[in-house]
Amino acid sequence: MSLIKHKFVETNISLMTVLVLVTVAIGGIVELVPLFTIESTIEKVRGVRPYSPLELAGRNIYIREGCYNCHSQMVRPFRDEVERYGHYSIAAESMYDHPFQWGSKRTGPDLARVGGKYSNDWHDLHLKNPRAVVPESIMPGYPFLAESDLDVADIADHLKALTYVGVPYSEEMIAAAHDDLVAQADPDGDWDAVQERYPGAVVGDFDGDPTRLTEMDALIAYLQMLGTLVDFSQYDADALRQ
Amino acid sequence: MSASQASAVMGEPVGTPQYNETVVRCFTVATMFWGVTAFTVGVFIALQLAFPLLNFDVSFLSFGRLRPLHTSAAIFAFGGNALLATSLHVVQRTCRTPLYGGPEVAMFLFWGYQLFIVMAALGYVTGITQGKEYAEPEWYVDLWLTLVWVVYLIVFLGTIMRRKEPHIYVANWFYLAFIVTVAMLHVVNNISMPVSFFGAKSYSLFSGVQDALTQWWYGHNAVGFFLTAGFLGMMYYIIPKQAQRPVYSYRLSIVHFWSLIFLYIWAGPHHLHYTALPEWAQTLGMVFSVMLWMPSWGGMINGIMTLSGAWEKLRTDPVLRFMVTAVAFYGMSTFEGPLMSVRAVNSLSHYTDWTIGHVHSGALGWVALISFGAVYYLVPVLWNRDRLYSIKLVAWHYWISTIGIILYITSMWVSGILQGLMWRSYDDLGFLQYSFVETVAAMHPFYVIRAIGGVFFLLGSLIMVYNLIRTIQGHTREEGAVTRFGVAPAAAE
Repeated sequence: MSLIKHKFVETNISLMTVLVLVTVAIGGIVELVPLFTIESTIEKVRGVRPYSPLELAGRNIYIREGCYNCHSQMVRPFRDEVERYGHYSIAAESMYDHPFQWGSKRTGPDLARVGGKYSNDWHDLHLKNPRAVVPESIMPGYPFLAESDLDVADIADHLKALTYVGVPYSEEMIAAAHDDLVAQADPDGDWDAVQERYPGAVVGDFDGDPTRLTEMDALIAYLQMLGTLVDFSQYDADALRQ
Repeated sequence: MSASQASAVMGEPVGTPQYNETVVRCFTVATMFWGVTAFTVGVFIALQLAFPLLNFDVSFLSFGRLRPLHTSAAIFAFGGNALLATSLHVVQRTCRTPLYGGPEVAMFLFWGYQLFIVMAALGYVTGITQGKEYAEPEWYVDLWLTLVWVVYLIVFLGTIMRRKEPHIYVANWFYLAFIVTVAMLHVVNNISMPVSFFGAKSYSLFSGVQDALTQWWYGHNAVGFFLTAGFLGMMYYIIPKQAQRPVYSYRLSIVHFWSLIFLYIWAGPHHLHYTALPEWAQTLGMVFSVMLWMPSWGGMINGIMTLSGAWEKLRTDPVLRFMVTAVAFYGMSTFEGPLMSVRAVNSLSHYTDWTIGHVHSGALGWVALISFGAVYYLVPVLWNRDRLYSIKLVAWHYWISTIGIILYITSMWVSGILQGLMWRSYDDLGFLQYSFVETVAAMHPFYVIRAIGGVFFLLGSLIMVYNLIRTIQGHTREEGAVTRFGVAPAAAE
């Protein structure tokens, strides 16, 4: 870059602004655009599906409380992580995550595969008072989740908004969103349709209080499905390689 | 540097135009206010990690909601107001013309930006968040900030267009790159679909792996352009001013400016090593992060070597000491950053407190110290005072905050590396040696030390606020032969 020519740039603000914009745009374009166009970016695996209405409501509570500040959802392909948490995470598993929740810090353990590892009762106790079950824990307590009724009125609108950003909820799923949400949290209810629409959805009275549908129910429903959708016994490492 | 540029930096211009200093004063006061706020919340959440009872089982006091409040208060409220204050001051002085748009637009900018901060903060504590780090504000706050930012760009560009100097001074290049790039990052990363027009909740356009890279393209360049390019602009004005020397190398300014802004934007993927992000993207991020070391140190050399031939001022002028120490911390964290971006190192450091320590050597050591230097420089100029109320208090502030930073970053180095090693440690039988919670318990002493470091830093900032309030009130403390540039040389002997 000739310094004589730079005089021309630093005496011309329009030129400088354009050059700055071009300079800072290049890196992002080169890195981001191929991620949307290269098909192998997201693995072809069976099992990944959109969140059920109750799981989605739980995921929104997870985001609201800022769980991602301390918990990652991304198991790296290292021996210790795979032994500690389970199979390493693949891109397909978060393809319907708007936004992603991979996290950047493990003040607490990774949660990518926490689903099914603990009972609903354990989660309920742990969320209300973490030190009751893990004395050394430094996690905040969330007893208020069990006291708050889950806001379910606009759940269909949430599903609809997600279809606009590319999540394949069908008309039928949107129409049944409210009923599905209630049914998943009621073991005595009619939840066959929920499991048909959302294979692998865990049904239960998650917070142990059958009289109410609380935020605790939704959050535990979400935690109990994390990392359970793909059956990794069907795939070897080469099949998942990018 | 041309003669005209030199005059704009070195001396007060002849026939001073009617600069808009009111808005700069407002932003300067806001910088102090939000600085103390950010440090206070930081100390509180540091204590929560050491003593979890401090979460009180109350939603709006829990760590998960307060941590975004702390990061946003530090970056956007404290850092942002410091950038707005200095950029609007510098662009007027170096272009020798008042702000474009007049005082009304300038005040809209001030109150508009404060409204953005307050709306974002209220959202965090009430649980309104997008759940993307450093981009937590929801769609309505994002839209408002976009409007304010466009006004900022227009005011800044308009002022440069009406400049009375042929050349655009180097500080303004950096401020320009900061304003333009932050606009680009903010708009792209925050594209989302609101659930309803009257509701706060939205869903981001991107998902999973694409969302991750978009977010860290944004996140790393919030560091690169908000916390680096913008503050380099600040450095390029206040260090020559306070040291009363011209910038070390004009040629180096050009080379490191263009290479810095070109390379920085590529570095985001180093936040996603060994994740489900394709390996080619991780490698690109790593390679460019390592290359970034060079332009970063170009800026450091240009800042520090501006004191070439005037090193003795460091002994007599604690304000200059703040600025130069800031640049030294900048050099240290921009060496540490490329190191941590190497995949092998990152496999250990990622997800641990090492990252937190690294961020704070940049945020406290570089961003905050250079901002303190700028505020100490600006207040006497803006309020027409001969000097600060007390130089000795500046020196106290300097040492207290430096000790605080050192406690903070060393404890986080130890805890980060310790935890990383514990996670991957195996016993003789080939089993994982430590359960996760054992590694959490091992962090406790370091979390206490970190919180103490934070308390030191907060105390220092309170000393600064007291000193500056007395300065604004027009008081001076009897401290012998003292000027705006520290202890007068004769008295220092």
